[in-house]
Amino acid sequence: MIRLTEISRVFHMGDQEVRALNDINLEIASGEYVSIMGPSGSGKSTLLNVVGLLDRPNSGSYELDGTNVTALSETEQARVRREKIGFVFQSFHLIPRLTAAENIELPLILEGVAPADRKTRVEATLDAFELRDRAHHRPAELSGGQRQRVAIARATILKPTALLADEPTGNLDHRTGAEVVALLEALHHAGTTLIVVTHDRELGARAHRHISMRDGEIVGDEK
Amino acid sequence: MNLRDTLSLSFMTVVSYRTRSLLIVLAMALGVAAVVVLTALGDGARNYVVGQFSSLGTNLIIVLPGRSETSGGIVSAALGQTPRDLTLEDARFVSQLPQVKRLAPLNVGVAELNAGGKLREVTVLGSTAELLPIRHMKLSKGSFLAHGSERSAQIVLGSELAHEFFPDGNVIGQRIRLGDSRFMVSGVLASQGESMGFNNDEIAIIPIDYAQELFNTSTLFRILVEARSRNAIEPAKAAIQHTLKLRHDGEDDVTVITQDAILATFDRILRALTLGVAGIAAISLAVAGILVMNVMLVAVAQRTAEIGLLKAIGAPSADIRHLFFAEAVWLSLAGGAIGFGLGHLGALLIRLAYPQLPAWPPVWASVAGVAIALITGILASLLPAARAARMDPVNALSGK
Ligand SMILES: Nc1ncnc2c1ncn2[C@@H]1O[C@H](COP(=O)(O)OP(=O)(O)OP(=O)(O)O)[C@@H](O)[C@H]1O
Ligand SMILES: [Mg+2]
Repeated sequence: MIRLTEISRVFHMGDQEVRALNDINLEIASGEYVSIMGPSGSGKSTLLNVVGLLDRPNSGSYELDGTNVTALSETEQARVRREKIGFVFQSFHLIPRLTAAENIELPLILEGVAPADRKTRVEATLDAFELRDRAHHRPAELSGGQRQRVAIARATILKPTALLADEPTGNLDHRTGAEVVALLEALHHAGTTLIVVTHDRELGARAHRHISMRDGEIVGDEK
Repeated sequence: MNLRDTLSLSFMTVVSYRTRSLLIVLAMALGVAAVVVLTALGDGARNYVVGQFSSLGTNLIIVLPGRSETSGGIVSAALGQTPRDLTLEDARFVSQLPQVKRLAPLNVGVAELNAGGKLREVTVLGSTAELLPIRHMKLSKGSFLAHGSERSAQIVLGSELAHEFFPDGNVIGQRIRLGDSRFMVSGVLASQGESMGFNNDEIAIIPIDYAQELFNTSTLFRILVEARSRNAIEPAKAAIQHTLKLRHDGEDDVTVITQDAILATFDRILRALTLGVAGIAAISLAVAGILVMNVMLVAVAQRTAEIGLLKAIGAPSADIRHLFFAEAVWLSLAGGAIGFGLGHLGALLIRLAYPQLPAWPPVWASVAGVAIALITGILASLLPAARAARMDPVNALSGK
């Protein structure tokens, strides 16, 4: 359960003030499938970053699964991010010198999972995402679709409650994009809250709830 | 993230940025090797000099005529007083002092040695039987100057001289000419090689009064005194000065040097020198530290997106800081270890090239070299690691 109350995020560019988020009130229940759309610069990514605890709002409060996370320390926020939130980015953000398996393993290392346990969980995840034969390849040796699959595997290996995807298909062709969407929707069916920021109308329409933004405000919210 | 994973993850990073890592490790290793090799050289030189001095004798006190230049020399010259010479009588008085174990008066000169149809100039020492134990000399053949019977015309030859004049080895009892006098060879010194720039193998030793006659002098060049013990050195020195002052009408006109004092001076100078070169080498390590810092800062900048990603998947700032910190530890450890090895190899090569020089790196220098490498590496990583940890994840992810 995500509850944003009067959230504002203001950027200062010289003496100019950009209100990327302007008094946002939003509630997303566990297990929802939400798309966020809107013109460029309307604050979609900023909203996603605040929800994912990557960015701190200037004002307002944010309650995640019953706890007020705006009040948490940096270290505590990092733990919440690790355990409850998975990020999927347009540009994949894989670490180039690590293999697919090692990239997927990273959250387990951060969490302090024992090596033997890590190995079995990575193997299981590789199987689930059909990446077994790519396990020891580095990102440069993978196709775009495979890279995004690795990124999604990494984002979900700790079983987060919410999966936040910012333009997950932006760098993929139509067919691989559709495959990635199918993967994300499968995770949603398994119970994960799925929030997708996109410019792609077709993809946006697939969600069960559609949020539209303009100039830092929510201008539409339909189920 | 636990320590083990931090170390292994940062180790993988170090290995995968091969060129960058090699560069840092090399800079560190050269610094450490420089510390090790230079201190080995300095300490080797010190041990060499100390060894050379020790070989001169134990608890040795040297008496020489004239004040040392540091006090009074000019005054007495101005007053028209030439310093009194040292004589055998002086030596006899000194030998009666209770702190003195034994003593050898010494004259040095050059004379022509003529034997078996060969002729050459040699350095001649005039002394007594006591010279042998005082100077730690050894005989390879025959006997040294006789006790108490200094008037017999004996001569003891250095090993090289003996070999040169009597190649067949039949040397004891042979008659030879030195200047205008005849001597009988009573002994041959064991080969000692050079010591203090003085080749003991090419000298001839004759009784002191023969030497004084040969060089037409009644004065002594030196008196070598051996004190009863190490603790007796200073009292002996004072007693000698007192005795000779009384004998010389209250004039302080001899210089008494203790071997300990010379040794201590050399020891101090060479220790300071060793520390100095070690310090200079350590500065090169500090420079390596600055290099590490710069390379790490560049690495942080290059890996901005990666830092952002780590934060996005839930790494707290502390983990990021530890990762960069651990990288510096690995690099410095490798640099320190390789430098330690290189330094010891260098010292070994020096010892092989100059066997007389005991160029062993002192333990403290090896430890300090590696420790300084670790400390500079770690200090140099603090700023880059903190910068990485402080990064704003959103900006970092977009590569800003
Ligand atoms: N770090 C920043 N510093 C200054 N201004 C920023 C920063 N991040 C975002 N902004 C501004 O905030 C506003 C919202 O940005 P945001 O990235 O959320 O837009 P967006 O809806 O995701 O756009 P796009 O569809 O192009 O990704 C924009 O006007 C942007 O210029
Ligand atoms: Mg955006």
